[in-house]
Amino acid sequence: MNRKTLSITLGAGLFIALPVVAVMAGEPYLVTLFSRILIYALAAVSLDLMLGFGGMVSLGHAAFFGIGAYVVCILSFHGCEGTPILTWPFQLGGHQSGLVLWPAAVLLSGTAAAVIGALSLRTSGMHFIMITLAFSQMLYYFFVSLEAYGGDDGISLFSRNTFAGVDLTNDMQFYYLCLAALAAFLFFSYRLVHSRFGMVIRGCKENERRMKSLGFPTFRYRLVCFVIAGAGAGLAGALIANQTEYVSPGLMHWTRSGEILVMVLLGGMGTLFGPVLGATALLLMEEFLSIYTEHWMVYLGPFLILVVLFAKRGIYGLLAGENSNHG
Amino acid sequence: MLKVDRIETFYGKSQALFGVSLNVREGEVVTLLGRNGMGKSTTVRSIMGLTPIRSGRIVFEGTDIHQLPGYTIARLGIGLVPEGRQIFPNLTVYENMVATAANRLGMKTPYTLDSVLSIFPRLTDRLTHYGNQLSGGEQQMLSVVRALMTNPKLLIMDEATEGLAPLVRREIWRALAMLKANGHAILVIDKNLDALLKLADRHCIMENGRLVWRGSTAELAGDDGLKSRYLGV
Repeated sequence: MNRKTLSITLGAGLFIALPVVAVMAGEPYLVTLFSRILIYALAAVSLDLMLGFGGMVSLGHAAFFGIGAYVVCILSFHGCEGTPILTWPFQLGGHQSGLVLWPAAVLLSGTAAAVIGALSLRTSGMHFIMITLAFSQMLYYFFVSLEAYGGDDGISLFSRNTFAGVDLTNDMQFYYLCLAALAAFLFFSYRLVHSRFGMVIRGCKENERRMKSLGFPTFRYRLVCFVIAGAGAGLAGALIANQTEYVSPGLMHWTRSGEILVMVLLGGMGTLFGPVLGATALLLMEEFLSIYTEHWMVYLGPFLILVVLFAKRGIYGLLAGENSNHG
Repeated sequence: MLKVDRIETFYGKSQALFGVSLNVREGEVVTLLGRNGMGKSTTVRSIMGLTPIRSGRIVFEGTDIHQLPGYTIARLGIGLVPEGRQIFPNLTVYENMVATAANRLGMKTPYTLDSVLSIFPRLTDRLTHYGNQLSGGEQQMLSVVRALMTNPKLLIMDEATEGLAPLVRREIWRALAMLKANGHAILVIDKNLDALLKLADRHCIMENGRLVWRGSTAELAGDDGLKSRYLGV
């Protein structure tokens, strides 16, 4: 068994065993903390699809995360109140079931990503970063001004969604559902990255012009990748809305996009499991360092500099070996 | 097959090509010769739609291609082996090949992984290596193979043997001779005149963005003054 396989197996084992160990150790809050880690890991993996594999540096990824969360909260709110969301051109009511709400969150985040991507991907480099940032901030201020759903204060979920056969109010069951969602997205991403589509996307990262002259309409490929990443972030948003039972525009602020970006850099850009490690490291540092000081980011900064300087492929590269690709 | 008709190309305000015309027929190998900076690569870039032309026409298999996007031109059946190889360093040799594999024109005997590896058997042992782990010669072979996997009707080779060791260069020329024997049309840009005289049917010479001479292999081989004036040999 090589270092890469060993690291992934150990990591998966730890995540599977964690709730049982946490309960046995009398620290059930760890289940909640690690649920949050899994959700952010999902958002980070989705960002890495377009950043690490597609070379699209976006500072607006949190917008899709926020849209996913708001879709769940707004539909759930109307489901509980029994009031329609739309009365014209057709009547649309709310819902409580995760089987309806979560696909809706994925669909709407993906649609938003298609619109934003279709405009943003006409630019590149610094302009792409700025335009994604601008779209994210536009959405942030849109939700700040949306008084009907709490505006700046946000909106609370009456209760977690229902989900076929799973009791989401039970933290342990919710944790395993988050783990299953992350595992499914990782598997999907693995297949995608190693498919011909993934090869074209990775080729575009290195030399888009060359890929075009080999006969590939690269804009379409990059747009599909952008939409998949946005939809993945939307699923993470749906989960975070259920985990915290509260959503505010802060979820889609550009600093949140920066946070997800740091997770990817820390864990290892262009690796599938790296962002999971990055999310784990960042959120654990936040959790434990903030016990001692509110200025915990003072310690994060130098740590991030060290990782960027000495670990080309982030924490994943350190654990699995620098030469392991796409892990 | 390919007809370039009085094209003019500019980089910003400076004109790089002045009414260049040339054509390549089916199964024919044509060379584009000239010293550095004379407009050979710009001609190739114009054909591929990478540097748009301002006037003139480029027709491939009866279709005007000068206003089409680059990827459509490639899809019509023009394969480019670019200057500087430009393989994808973050893809393995295998991925570099299969990512571009396509038989868009419905060739009866399309190139497959096995058939292209039989042209350059050396790549067989390197399938799992990443592009940036290959030697310059292997990268060039991969670049040729990658273009072949698109099953083009016309192959354009831009400085394909530049900077390669003599042995590797010989292997590339052998492969090109094999492609010619299979009936491929090829437009070659290279400085190795001896090899080109053995391979090509017709030659074009460029000077300062203009096509100043065209003729057969026999005509070029027998005119030392021409070679000395335009090619420095």
